[in-house]
Amino acid sequence: MTTYQGQALAALADSTRREIFERIAERPRAVGELAATLPVSRPAVSQHLKVLKEASLVRDLPAGNRRVYQLDPDGLDELRTYLEGFWNRALASFQAAVEQPMKEDR
Amino acid sequence: MSLFVASVCTSTVVQAPIDRAFQVFTEGMPGWWPSDHHILEGDLAKMVFEPRVGGGIIDHGVDGSQCTWARILAYEPPHRLVFSWDISTQWKYEPDPEKASEVEVRFVAQGPDRTRVELEHRELQRHGEGWENMRDAVGSPGGWPGVWDAYVPALSA
Repeated sequence: MTTYQGQALAALADSTRREIFERIAERPRAVGELAATLPVSRPAVSQHLKVLKEASLVRDLPAGNRRVYQLDPDGLDELRTYLEGFWNRALASFQAAVEQPMKEDR
Repeated sequence: MSLFVASVCTSTVVQAPIDRAFQVFTEGMPGWWPSDHHILEGDLAKMVFEPRVGGGIIDHGVDGSQCTWARILAYEPPHRLVFSWDISTQWKYEPDPEKASEVEVRFVAQGPDRTRVELEHRELQRHGEGWENMRDAVGSPGGWPGVWDAYVPALSA
């Protein structure tokens, strides 16, 4: 079954797409700027951006006569929600241990 | 700011001096990390935290198996700890560091007996395909076994 989240992570399984995503994560960038600093052609970058966009990982906005890509905050939501729950429980457990003097050994 | 989409941040304030908070979080981790949350095939015998850069967090199984599921990347007592999260989305050991995310923990003294602990799990985009399998393997977010929650009633107000 292909889920929304599965599509997002499948998109990031490709190392070039992950690199593009990470560069866009640093700050919004235009296609030309991405292509100039990556060892792939501009059409290839456009194709990768299309996949990232379909996976809701990035979105594009017009800026003058070009399009600027930025992160789409919805893309990794499920993974984030999951790990947030995990770490909140971990910290609660840690808090209990650290506030019980001399009882942390087992 | 925009990186937040690929990371998780959470924090807590504990009633303990910063030195103790750091020590319990690191070397004391086997004492509070839930013992049924490991990635061994069999049962967990013990967990070891090696308190140095280049050390690891190692699960030892009752069958003699072991798994180093984290590498200590920064160890700066009592202020900062960074370790890798070498666990794949299949909930298995991830040998490729390129596909590992990382966890940074910062400790900030808020008084002689009060410490703020900030945790950031970041670079989540490095995890590849198959996240839904990891989720299904461990149940829904609320479905974690009750060992975590067992600690909660012990929390002081």
